Amino acid sequence: MSLRILAVDDSRTMRDMIRLALVEAGFEVHLAEDGIHGLEVMDAVNPQVIITDINMPRMDGFGFIEAVRAREDYKGVPILTLTTESATELKQRARDAGATGWIVKPFNKEKLISIIHRVAA
Amino acid sequence: MDTMDEIRETFFLECEDLLQDLETGLTAIRDGDRDPEKVNSVFRAVHSIKGGAGAFALNDLVRFAHKFETTLDEVRAGRLEPQTDLVALFLRSADFLADLVASAQSGDQVDGEQIDHLISELESFIDSDNAAPSAENFVFEPIALDFSLDFDAPPPPPAEDGDWRITISPHENLFARGNDSVMLLRALRLLGDYSVTCDWSDLFFLDHMDCEKSYLKWSLTMPAMVTETAIREVFEFVEDECDLKIERTAVSSAPRPAPVETQTPSKPALAASPQALHEDSDHGPSTAASADANGKDAGKAPKATVRVELDRVDRLINLIGELVINQSMLSQAVFDAGFPPNSPLAGGLDEFKQLTRDIQESVMSIRAQPVKPLFQRMSRIVREASNATRKDVRLVTEGESTEVDKIVIERLSDPLTHMIRNAVDHGLESREKREAAGKPREGVVRLSAMHRSGRVIIEVSDDGAGINRPRVRQIAIEKGLISADEQLTDGEIDNLLFMPGFSTASEVSNLSGRGVGMDVVKKSIQALGGRVSIVSVPGQGSSFIISLPLTLAILDGMVVRIAGQTTIIPLTDIVETLKPKPEDIHYLSTEGQVVFIRGAFVPLVDVGATLGYRAPLTKVDNQIVVLTQTEDSALSALLVDEIFDQRQVVIKGLEENYGSVPGIAAATILGDGRIALILDVDRIVSRKSMTADLSEAA
Repeated sequence: MSLRILAVDDSRTMRDMIRLALVEAGFEVHLAEDGIHGLEVMDAVNPQVIITDINMPRMDGFGFIEAVRAREDYKGVPILTLTTESATELKQRARDAGATGWIVKPFNKEKLISIIHRVAA
Repeated sequence: MDTMDEIRETFFLECEDLLQDLETGLTAIRDGDRDPEKVNSVFRAVHSIKGGAGAFALNDLVRFAHKFETTLDEVRAGRLEPQTDLVALFLRSADFLADLVASAQSGDQVDGEQIDHLISELESFIDSDNAAPSAENFVFEPIALDFSLDFDAPPPPPAEDGDWRITISPHENLFARGNDSVMLLRALRLLGDYSVTCDWSDLFFLDHMDCEKSYLKWSLTMPAMVTETAIREVFEFVEDECDLKIERTAVSSAPRPAPVETQTPSKPALAASPQALHEDSDHGPSTAASADANGKDAGKAPKATVRVELDRVDRLINLIGELVINQSMLSQAVFDAGFPPNSPLAGGLDEFKQLTRDIQESVMSIRAQPVKPLFQRMSRIVREASNATRKDVRLVTEGESTEVDKIVIERLSDPLTHMIRNAVDHGLESREKREAAGKPREGVVRLSAMHRSGRVIIEVSDDGAGINRPRVRQIAIEKGLISADEQLTDGEIDNLLFMPGFSTASEVSNLSGRGVGMDVVKKSIQALGGRVSIVSVPGQGSSFIISLPLTLAILDGMVVRIAGQTTIIPLTDIVETLKPKPEDIHYLSTEGQVVFIRGAFVPLVDVGATLGYRAPLTKVDNQIVVLTQTEDSALSALLVDEIFDQRQVVIKGLEENYGSVPGIAAATILGDGRIALILDVDRIVSRKSMTADLSEAA
C-alpha cells in the first residue's frame, strides 16, 4: 500500500514538482492550494503524511498545522513544512504549531523521499 | 515533452500570474493601501518566483528575487515604512523581475550590472542593525532539481573507528508533533544493520499508561562505517524531544554486529503507530507503482481546468462555422420546399438555429479571456512613460474582467501600448501647465473595457488639454494632407490624427515618436474588425474609443441585393433602413447625392457603382437606403436594391485565397451554397467621400 501524502502549497510549480517526485516514488499524492483547501482535502483523503508550505494566502502554514493538530484523529500525523531558507525562527514557529519536521526548498527528490521515510512508513 | 519541461512551462505560466499579483499589490500599496495582506501577497509572489527559479537553477533570477524579497520582508515585518521612493523602487524591481523572468524563459543574457545596481539600491533601504538576522548575510544557494538521480547512496567511508553506541531517551511528548521512535529506528536501519535493546522500565503499570505519551527508551549499536552526520540527520526533527547520546565505542575488532534483533513489547506503547517493526523494508522509489498513483493524484485541484491546445479550439470554431452554414442551407431548403412557418419542421429548425447559436457562444467563450492581464501590462507602460516625460500619471483601469477573444487580446497589446504612451506624452500637460490650469498635478489616464451591444468597447482617455485642433489643422495643411481652405468639422480634424505620417509633437519625443503613428494603430484595430474613434473636449481631455467585434469568426449581417449581387452588410454598422421619398434626394453634382433624413443631410453612397458592378445611377428609383454609422460617428446612406433578411454568417477571409479587395471585408457562404461578399462599410464610405466633397452640403 502506498503512502497517502497531502501536499499544500500555493505555488503551482512547487505542487507539480512535489507531485512529480512523489508519484514517481510510488506515493499517492493529493494537492491543495492553501490551508483552508488543505483541510478540505485532508477530510476527503485522510492522508498519512502532510507536507505544507508556510507562506500561503487565506490560511498560512502555521494556521493549517494548528488546525490539523487540533483534530483528534490527526494528532499523530507527521507534518513536514516546506521552508525556502533554513530560517530557524520559522522552523521554531512551525514546531510550536505542531510540525514534525521540515524540508528546505529547493529540495531534491532523493532528500524529499528520505525525509518522508524518516517520519512515516 | 518530458515532465520537467512541463513543470518549467508551468513555472513560467505561474510567474505571469505572480508578476501580476506583484504589480497589483504594489500599485495598491503605492495608492495608500495599508492592508497587511497586500504586503503579504506581494512578498509571497516574489517568494514563489524565487522558489521555483531555484529549482531550475535560474541563478540571476534567484539572486535578484532573494534581495527583493528580503527588502519586502522588512516592510512586512514593520521594520521599514513603504514610503514613496521605496515603493517606486519596488515597482521598478517588479518590472525588472518581469524582465528577468522573460530572459530566463527565452534563455537570453541578462544585464548583470543592472541586477547589481538594483540590488544595491534595495540594500540601501535595509538597515543592517535592525534587519532580521535570517535576512542578513544569507547566501541563497539554489539546488537544481535533478530528477535523473538514481537512488543509490554514495559508498560510505571505510571504518576506522569503533562502532556507534546510540541511546535514545524520548521525552514523553515525542508523539505530540507526529514523530515516532519506530520511524527513527527504521530510518537508522536504512543506514546499516544494528542491534537494539529496548528499556521499558518506565512502562510499569499499564493502567497508568497514556497512549499519547512515549515511555520506551532504546540503545543501539551501529556499524562504525556509518557517518555521524547521517545518524544525526535521522534525529534532525527530534533533537529537542529526546535525550540523545551518540558516541563511538572503543575500537574493537568485533566482527559484524549480530543480526538485527529488535525487542519490543508487543502491544501498548505503539498504539499511536500501528505499523509493526518487522515489516519488510520497502523504502526507496518504486517506479513501477507510479502509473497507479498517477491516476489517483489528479483529482484534487480546486477549480477543474483542462489545458487545451489552441488549434483544437480553432478546429471546433471552424466546425461551428460549417454548422452555421449547414443550418442556413437547411432553412433555405425547407423554405424552398414550401413548408409553412408553423409546421413542426420549421419549428424544429428554429430550435436548431437557436442551439447552433448557443453552441457558437459557448465555444467562443472558451477562447475568451479577461482583459485584466493586458491592462496590467499597461501600468508598466504608464510608469515608463511617466518617468520619461517627468509627468505624474495615475492609471485607472475599469472593467478588467471583460472577456475578449484571446487573439484580439494579443493583437491589442501593441496599439494599446501606443495609445497609452500617446495619452501620457501628448494628451497630458506638463505639471506646470496643469497647475496653471487649476488641475491637480497628477494626470489621470483611464483605461476601460465593457461589452456594449454585441461589441467590446475599450476606451483610453486622459484628463489632459484635449486635442489642439488649430495645431492639428495647421500640421495637416503643412504636410499637404488637406488644402489650406478646407473647412473641417471638429470630428474631421480629430480624425486627421489617424492619417498616415501624422505627428503632432512639435519635437519628436523619445517616447511616442517611435515610428508608429496613429494610422498604424487604426490599421491594426481595423484588421480585428474594429473601429476607433476620438472624442475630445478642449481643456478636459481626450478619449480614444476602440470598438471590437466579440468574435472574428462569425458575424450578424443583413443580406441585401446590390446590382444583382447578394451582399452582406455587418449589422453592427447599420443604424436603420428606410425607403426615401424621391423629394428627399438631392443631387449636388454628377457624383454627389445626399438624402434628407429627419432634418439632416446624409451622403448617399451608390454601392453598386462604387464597387464597379454598374454605372452610377442617375436617378434613385425604388431603392432602399441602409443608414450606417462609421467610427467617426458619420452617417452614410448606402443604396441597395432589396433587403432579404438578417442572419449569422461565417466569415471566410478573402485575403489568403484571393487577395485584398477595397470595400470588401470578407466573404461568406449562403444557405443555397452561393458565395456572398461582406461589405467593408468604412472603406466604401471613405472611398465615396474621397470622390465627392460632401462636407459643405452636410
